[in-house]
Amino acid sequence: MGERGTSLDLKNLTQDQLMQRVRDTVETEGFLVASLDQLAAWAQSGSLWPLTFGLACCAVEMMQCAGSRFDLDRLGCVFRGSPRQADVMIVAGTLTNKMAPALRRVYDQMANPKWVISMGSCANGGGYYHYSYSVVRGCDQIVPVDVYVPGCPPTAEALLYGIMVLQQRIRGTNTVKKKQ
Amino acid sequence: MNSPLEPLKNHIDLSLQSLRVTTLIEKEELTLYGALPHLESIIHFLREDSTCWCRQLVDICAVDYPERSPRFDAVYHFLSLSYNHRIRLIVGVEEGALVPSVGHFFRSADWFEREVYDMFGIPFKNHTDLRRILTDYTFEGHPLRKDFPLTGFTEVHYCDTQERVMTRPVHLQDPLRDYTYDNSWLGSEKKAEGDNQ
Repeated sequence: MGERGTSLDLKNLTQDQLMQRVRDTVETEGFLVASLDQLAAWAQSGSLWPLTFGLACCAVEMMQCAGSRFDLDRLGCVFRGSPRQADVMIVAGTLTNKMAPALRRVYDQMANPKWVISMGSCANGGGYYHYSYSVVRGCDQIVPVDVYVPGCPPTAEALLYGIMVLQQRIRGTNTVKKKQ
Repeated sequence: MNSPLEPLKNHIDLSLQSLRVTTLIEKEELTLYGALPHLESIIHFLREDSTCWCRQLVDICAVDYPERSPRFDAVYHFLSLSYNHRIRLIVGVEEGALVPSVGHFFRSADWFEREVYDMFGIPFKNHTDLRRILTDYTFEGHPLRKDFPLTGFTEVHYCDTQERVMTRPVHLQDPLRDYTYDNSWLGSEKKAEGDNQ
């Protein structure tokens, strides 16, 4: 029972190293000791399933990001059509007043834990349509936003970076442990 | 003056003389100016006459001239696929005047008229379903009228206590500014809290 009780340091390992360690430990020990928080964060950040909420031209960059060149799948991001199956909502485009209640409803339908990425100038703060009579001045008026991706529209790389930033945030979050 | 539209113009001039229609060819586009009471007769003619044969209504829109009487222009665009020509019909509309719906001539008029009603507040007589089409369900006012402020009157936000999306009067953090050649590079006069620069 050599390394019994040694918890896996999930934060500083690459995915391959981590899987190798997990396999080795389970094969030799028969069980695994790990921090529940880190395990949850690893699982959550490794399978961020985004909800497609394409509202305007940003949606095209979002699709590009999911396409073969940038390939969000390799980060564990698989686009879902249903809010029940999604973890993160990517608000990609201009949010109008008429759309706002629908956006909130879809957000409410998502299961916890859930995150929101605001993509592009329009979603961040109204952007080009900031002074319009029919556009919401930032989707944070409607839903709580975790990551803002600037740009008009942001490149697929920028959205990819936004998703990676969100992953880092999730890895630094404790879901179980509340006190230091 | 040898526009290919000239024969069509002359034909319309002759046929619609009694309906007080004036015609104009400008930039190779044929425009008809008509009076509101004759609108249906003119459109019926444009649709059924064998020389015009405009079987498609491409668009209906309107223009607002606040200081003019009549205040609005209703603009109809027709297309003849058979003869490959287009005709524009402009009709002056007083504020509050009823415009006869042309939905029974052209099915496409349905949504166009709803859009004109939504944007300009021009009501259409005998329209089967005259509701707003583009703006929010509770929207008040008609955005494309010149006296409608750009930013409107209300904005939406999520109310945490009532747990729903609600409207409130518009409050702009940074009011709309007029940008000119001299000031466009200047920042806002209002400084953010804690901004000492």
